[in-house]
Amino acid sequence: MTQPVLEVRDLVKTFTLDGSPINAIDHVSFQVHAGEFLAVVGPSGSGKTTLLSILAALLTPTSGHVFIDGQELSQMNERQRVRLRRSRIGFTFQSNNLIPYLTARENVEFMLRLNGLRGRNGRARPDELLGRLGLADRLHNLPAQLSGGEQQRVAIARALIHDPALVLADEPTAALDTQRAFQVVETFASLIHEQNRTGIMVTHDLRMCKYVDRVIQMRDGQIAREYTTREEIESLTQSVR
Amino acid sequence: MSTLQLAFYLAFKEIWRNRGRFFLVSLVIALITLLVLFIAALGEGLANGNKQYISNLDAQFIVFLEKSDYIISSSRIESSTVRAIRRVDAVDAAGPIYTSVTEIVSTAKPLKVSLLAAEPGQPGTPGVITGRAYRGGDSREAVIDRNIALRTGIQVGDEIRIRSVQGTDDQFFNLKVVGLTEGQSYLFQPTIFVAPSSWEHIRPQSAADQQDDTPFANIVAVRLRPGVSAESARRDLLARVQSIEIADINTTIANIPGYSAQQSTVQTQAFFTLLIGILVIGGFFQIQVLQKVPQIGVLKAIGSSNASVGAASVIQIVVITALGVTIGGAFTYLFSLGFPPSIPLVFNGARSLLAILALTLIGPAGGLVSVIYAIRIEPLKALRLQ
Repeated sequence: MTQPVLEVRDLVKTFTLDGSPINAIDHVSFQVHAGEFLAVVGPSGSGKTTLLSILAALLTPTSGHVFIDGQELSQMNERQRVRLRRSRIGFTFQSNNLIPYLTARENVEFMLRLNGLRGRNGRARPDELLGRLGLADRLHNLPAQLSGGEQQRVAIARALIHDPALVLADEPTAALDTQRAFQVVETFASLIHEQNRTGIMVTHDLRMCKYVDRVIQMRDGQIAREYTTREEIESLTQSVR
Repeated sequence: MSTLQLAFYLAFKEIWRNRGRFFLVSLVIALITLLVLFIAALGEGLANGNKQYISNLDAQFIVFLEKSDYIISSSRIESSTVRAIRRVDAVDAAGPIYTSVTEIVSTAKPLKVSLLAAEPGQPGTPGVITGRAYRGGDSREAVIDRNIALRTGIQVGDEIRIRSVQGTDDQFFNLKVVGLTEGQSYLFQPTIFVAPSSWEHIRPQSAADQQDDTPFANIVAVRLRPGVSAESARRDLLARVQSIEIADINTTIANIPGYSAQQSTVQTQAFFTLLIGILVIGGFFQIQVLQKVPQIGVLKAIGSSNASVGAASVIQIVVITALGVTIGGAFTYLFSLGFPPSIPLVFNGARSLLAILALTLIGPAGGLVSVIYAIRIEPLKALRLQ
């Protein structure tokens, strides 16, 4: 078996609330391999976003280990974490996703600028990727001129353009209607599989899990259940219809 | 792409895509610039109006009557004192200066002027830019400030009539204008210069003064021999001349009645205008950063460094401030073209340059808090976590 792109070992994150320690993440361990698209689901307060923040090197765990491409996050200083986020991780967020004063093309291109790759790839790659996402005629539009679904597709392009090892999506469909939400996640999943990336999507909408390969269900900071087979995942998505 | 290149990219993209908003802020800075430059020019103009003649004297020292507290109008120097000053080895030349005020009445509208007298060729004699210097004795010739010529249309060769109170009566005297001088304003009034003998006859004087034909100078401008130390010259003068006190030019100016108070008033106005400017600009950029917290969070989350985010903010502030100061400077120049010479505005001074420098710095100073705030924004803001 190949080395996992992401490995989480016995991860704990403790917050203090009114003087009492609370484990937002409570001894969580899992692995994700290249070409695998994982969904993290669970009710509010189950620790989904905290987990995603730790995986994104935005939050330091209380204990445990996170390895991305074999590099352990806890061994990195802030500068190395910034570099890791820039080069090895792609992000989409729930809202405020795009830089409002950059056009769709410029938002995607920005990741190449950040990584010093723009010279090599020029504008061809952002244009091609945006074209594949159905945005060929929206290259010069500012985010405010795009619909919610279009904005999310631009964000997906931005998350993938610099060939990251890991793509993290935080509630990417929260601001979208059902039809747009399915389209966005389907596109996201197909690109993850096609480009052999590792994708992790945090969502509260179980219907979106139909496009993923594995589902981790969290409750009270722990992995309550893992859905690994197609049948299990289908039964999970159908349970909310 | 380097941090700085990235910062420039972000800063200019944001400015360009929000150019209306940023231009409005530049206009606010331009208005502050206009106000500050006018206050600076007014300060320079008022200072000149008060001190110009004294500051342009070709002299190192001004000699006053003892205990006159360096106030020109309180000082009366006798001719014997002037002679004693001239006998001091360190003294190259000593020019008695006589001051008074009068009114030109031959113009369409009476004009108050300072009436000054200095011996031809001695320190205190004004430089002539048109025509010639007045002759000594009771020649009734005058050299007038160019400002008077501009305001009244008087030219070299014209005769002017002045009104002078002699005892309790108004008396009128004619003077022939033989030359123009410039930059000789004194006590906020344009000046006319005459020879001491003429001055003694035509100056306003009390009935008691009329009994005495001996003109008393107010002060003596002393030019030292080249290479003489100012301190040793001062000691010599005080040792060999009785009943005098000595001041340098700056001390003399500082003791012109009202000068220091007026300058501190103008400087206080300028200071508060700059302070308001800092607060306005600081407030704008702070509000802007507060509105951009999630966006800055996203920038940092996807890998922008604090340095590039902070530098982008600084670049924006500097560009907007520079644009505002440039527009404000241009406005000021255009407005200044329309002001009459009677308004004491002078734009070509160190004070104006200092104002421009201060204005260029108020943006970064005001925006400093917002830059620090932007740097401290956590990338977690992008993920909704507090």
